Amino acid sequence: MSSGNHQPKTKQPGLALGPVLYYWSREMLLGFYAHLPHSRLATVYLGEVVCGRRHGMRPEDWLGLARDLARTGLEVVLSTQALIETDLDLRAMQRIAENGEFLVEANDMGAVRRLAGRVPGVSFVAGPHLNVYNNDTLAWLAELGASRWVMPVELGSEALARLHQRRPAGMETEVFAYGRLPLAFSARCFTARHYNLPKDDCQYRCLDHPDGQLLATREGQAFLALNGIQTQSAQVYDLGNAIPRLRELGVDRLRLSPQSAHMNEVIEAYHGALDGGLSEGELETALAPIRLTPPCDGYWHGKPGIEHLTA
Amino acid sequence: MTTLRKLELVCPAGALPSLKAAVDHGADWVYFGLRDDTNARNFAGLNFDSRMAREGIRYAHDRGARTVLAINTFPQAGAFERWERAIDAAADLGVDAVILADPGLMRYAARRYPALGLHLSVQASATNHEAINIYRDHFGVRRAVLPRVLSIQQVEQVVRDTDVEIEVFGFGSLCVMVEGRCALSSFATGMSPNTVGVCSPASAVRWEQTNGDMAVRLNGILIDRYAPNENAGYPTLCKGRFDVGGETYYAIEEPSSLNAIELLPQLAAMGVAAVKIEGRQRSPAYVAEVTRIWRAAIDECCANPARFSARPQWKSGLTRLTEGQQITLGAYNRKWK
Repeated sequence: MSSGNHQPKTKQPGLALGPVLYYWSREMLLGFYAHLPHSRLATVYLGEVVCGRRHGMRPEDWLGLARDLARTGLEVVLSTQALIETDLDLRAMQRIAENGEFLVEANDMGAVRRLAGRVPGVSFVAGPHLNVYNNDTLAWLAELGASRWVMPVELGSEALARLHQRRPAGMETEVFAYGRLPLAFSARCFTARHYNLPKDDCQYRCLDHPDGQLLATREGQAFLALNGIQTQSAQVYDLGNAIPRLRELGVDRLRLSPQSAHMNEVIEAYHGALDGGLSEGELETALAPIRLTPPCDGYWHGKPGIEHLTA
Repeated sequence: MTTLRKLELVCPAGALPSLKAAVDHGADWVYFGLRDDTNARNFAGLNFDSRMAREGIRYAHDRGARTVLAINTFPQAGAFERWERAIDAAADLGVDAVILADPGLMRYAARRYPALGLHLSVQASATNHEAINIYRDHFGVRRAVLPRVLSIQQVEQVVRDTDVEIEVFGFGSLCVMVEGRCALSSFATGMSPNTVGVCSPASAVRWEQTNGDMAVRLNGILIDRYAPNENAGYPTLCKGRFDVGGETYYAIEEPSSLNAIELLPQLAAMGVAAVKIEGRQRSPAYVAEVTRIWRAAIDECCANPARFSARPQWKSGLTRLTEGQQITLGAYNRKWK
């Protein structure tokens, strides 16, 4: 691939399944990954990105799962935790960064440091939490070995078009396209707070909320979703109707963020839309009944993220 | 009696009178921003033009204080030059350092002005020594401001594991979210700290009186509703009351302020280099009073750390400044989490 200006306009984005952001039991996770329509996906991201206390999957379990999925022909990427607080978090991040077998998505600058130039030729994915807002930072990450970057969720098509005017050679772009938006991280666990539990003794209550816990305003408007230390949008971000524009901009991957039910149908619908088998209207007909909550897409249009602009 | 390396006191200046107040009352450093979206307190009527900046810097330097310019938002694609001009201005004005969050901008500053000190902004979200050290290795960052997410033990670990000077927040408004990792404001209003240097901007706030209650909205979204006997606060969106699972409460955080004054001996003993006071949006009188109290506390603590205890009049003085909000140790105290 050469620089962004010479991207073939017809290039087809591949589908990437983002890391599971919720705490699902080991059994539920393994079942989820075993029953995916693997051939519809180009990439799958694995690992615990949100909370170091979630331990249903041990590091070896993730690696075993990664190997199983890689055998189906998928590109497997191991994602690091976004907020590193404890020494244990730090060691887990270092272990993933130096796994030597799979591509790694760096979700904090500490992980970038562990990945950059450690082994000549090793590349990495600059995750959505690295705050890449301009070409100079993107160029720096490219020099450090990033081969793909995931656009921050609050950026839209205009910012992406500007970033692609000087996209570094060989740099792939991934855009968060479907799911509850990961909006914020905190040291505080809001799920534990809801149950009046200290974080250190949270009793893993987020296991009871496989898609997060809805937060509404005092007049009942769905606003946010609490997922442990992460705050998400209540609405499901959905760029299904923006696929022609995403294609035109030369986006390489569309990230679909796992939800606990109907995920395979979401993947099939997006695959159909990319393939040309589903029209925009048919895509909406397929997704409307299976979204957790009504959609939003404001960020893509440079508006407040909560808004929904495409009918 | 052992004395400790002196903690430096870093104070906010939203305008020239605040800068002078901070210097007069004993700040070692004052930090300020320019009048645009290159800084994270991009509020109307706040910040410095170049004439004010020049006068402020001279005032500080004449009295032995140092100055640092906050250029701590993320340059937006296609507008990088505006942030480069802010760096040029910083070098031209003769500030002692700049506070930056964006690696692309740090590279510009380090190459163009190698003598200009670089401080890593809290907006860079660096919570561990690996993250801090990448900025040291690549751009020569000398000091890093830690996000308000680490417990006191975790702060100590970071100080131990890096030779970059560590600055921590001591007092002021409290971000519950990791700084630089929060898009809640743009989700609701289209404007965020990372993009335009604002959170829950005043232009999106609407107050409504209905049946004796006062409702406050941010871009139409109800952040809270107050009965006549309740104290109505500014609708920072993470500090409103919401409904989760049938309960209405401060689901994210109560309106509260950080005050870490009682931790001073520990912070000094573990080798923290500086304590930062939040509040560039505050009045000169506020800045004067906070600076005066913290100056006295730091001096007393460093002279005799073993016998230090925060004086009641300091605590009550600081509590008065928080307008009746709760006082918290925030994440320094693990239980807060």
